[in-house]
Amino acid sequence: MSIQLDELRKSFDGKEVLRGFTLTVEDGETSAIVGPSGCGKSVLLKHLVGLLRPDGGTVFVDGQSVPELRKKELVRLRRRIGYVFQFAALFDSMTISANIAMGLRRLPGWDRKRIASRVEECLALVDLNGLGERYPAQLSGGQRKRAGLARAIAASPKYLLYDEPTTGLDPVTTSVIDRLILRMRDELGVTALVVTHDMTSAFRVADRITLLHEGRARFTGAPAEVRTADDDVLRGFVDGDPALYYGVQGGQDDGA
Amino acid sequence: MVLFPVTGHLSRPFAASGRSTLAALGSVGRAWALFAGSLRAIGELRVWGPMLLPQMARVGVASVPIALFIATFTGIVMSLQASYTLTGAIPHYFVGTLVGKTMIMELGPALTGLTLAGRVGANISAELGTMRVTEQVDALETLAYNPLAYLVVPRVLAGLVMFPFVVLLAIAMGIASGWLTALELLDMSSAEFIKGLRLFFAPWDVWFAVIKSVSFGAVVTGVGCFCGLQTEQGAEGVGKSATRTVVISSMLILCLDAFWAATLL
Repeated sequence: MSIQLDELRKSFDGKEVLRGFTLTVEDGETSAIVGPSGCGKSVLLKHLVGLLRPDGGTVFVDGQSVPELRKKELVRLRRRIGYVFQFAALFDSMTISANIAMGLRRLPGWDRKRIASRVEECLALVDLNGLGERYPAQLSGGQRKRAGLARAIAASPKYLLYDEPTTGLDPVTTSVIDRLILRMRDELGVTALVVTHDMTSAFRVADRITLLHEGRARFTGAPAEVRTADDDVLRGFVDGDPALYYGVQGGQDDGA
Repeated sequence: MVLFPVTGHLSRPFAASGRSTLAALGSVGRAWALFAGSLRAIGELRVWGPMLLPQMARVGVASVPIALFIATFTGIVMSLQASYTLTGAIPHYFVGTLVGKTMIMELGPALTGLTLAGRVGANISAELGTMRVTEQVDALETLAYNPLAYLVVPRVLAGLVMFPFVVLLAIAMGIASGWLTALELLDMSSAEFIKGLRLFFAPWDVWFAVIKSVSFGAVVTGVGCFCGLQTEQGAEGVGKSATRTVVISSMLILCLDAFWAATLL
């Protein structure tokens, strides 16, 4: 098993965001976690790269218990994980090429020539050829997302974590990003975890979809199973029906 | 049933002060963790080495104009006020003594330090704060960088190295402007001014200024990094962090100023 979360718990200022979340992602699989904004999806992803420590439960990535890793082991694990941030999180004082090269500079045996060549490859992979010398502020939202993806894949990671990859994008650009996610799976063979509240995107890219509801995995299944499931909360979320979704929940959650 | 309803009102100030104390202790703990982590991060020379020169330019070289501007006018005012104060019984060449001694030992380091708390400290805090709230600091970590080695160490080292240079330039400019003022507006000769300047001069005074400015450099850059990395809640948080940096740095500079005077003189 590539990624395994078991009974994951996390609170912030007394508010319990994750209340025993359990999930398994198999090798080569693209799994999507869906849920409304503020339900703890990004919090969950940050546990996988050791940016947050759980209050309880276990987090295993590549057979290693992330919270128990020592600093050097964590650095080695992070080199096997690419993280695509919600708003790209590009270093705004650097060009796109320099952003993509950042992770490569930390790898042993990578000289400037090899780094430059890999940067060009990554730019081509996300269809940003010729834009390497631009700064993040000079790119559109969709281009920034693609640049963030290029940076995440530069070191050829085994795992890719996508945090809301299509938020704020128009439908056409969303489709472009979705196709890129599928391309990463097919061409690079990565194991991917996508957190999103965009069901169209989730249906398009995921082999399995999990609904995160009230800090737990409410439903997990293939896209076809999600479409036909009779769970009211899931139906409410998939169909965008607040009465169904909040009716069962008994009031709108203020999120985390 | 509430037996003593008044207790709730009475306990509020205590509860508030308790929360403030806990928050302050938490900040001290986080500051200590940042300090200890940064000391360990000094070993990662390959990460912070390439960042040092650009930071030295930003922290030091770019601060020279504002430091010189302030020192120029401080020197002019010092010279005029010394002349006004010393009119009568005290020989006029003491204007040089006063300008030199106060610029070297107090006004040069302290005014420059306070100015750079605004220019450098707020800049660092806003930059790192923006990086924090836009997840750029998290991105650094996911790319296997230690943010302390990449962001904090080069800035603090640049402050330690460059503050003394900026302060020494400011001192020189303050004395020069005081000297020119004495020549042009006070009818003093260069010989008189220099005689006063050399009268109580001791090389230790310069070392005293250097020691103070090194500590001010550490405080301004260190507090800027700390407040920046603690930033929360978007643009408003960035603004608050920058303000907090200037306030805390200024207070610490004045405390250190008194501390060094009490311990080294």
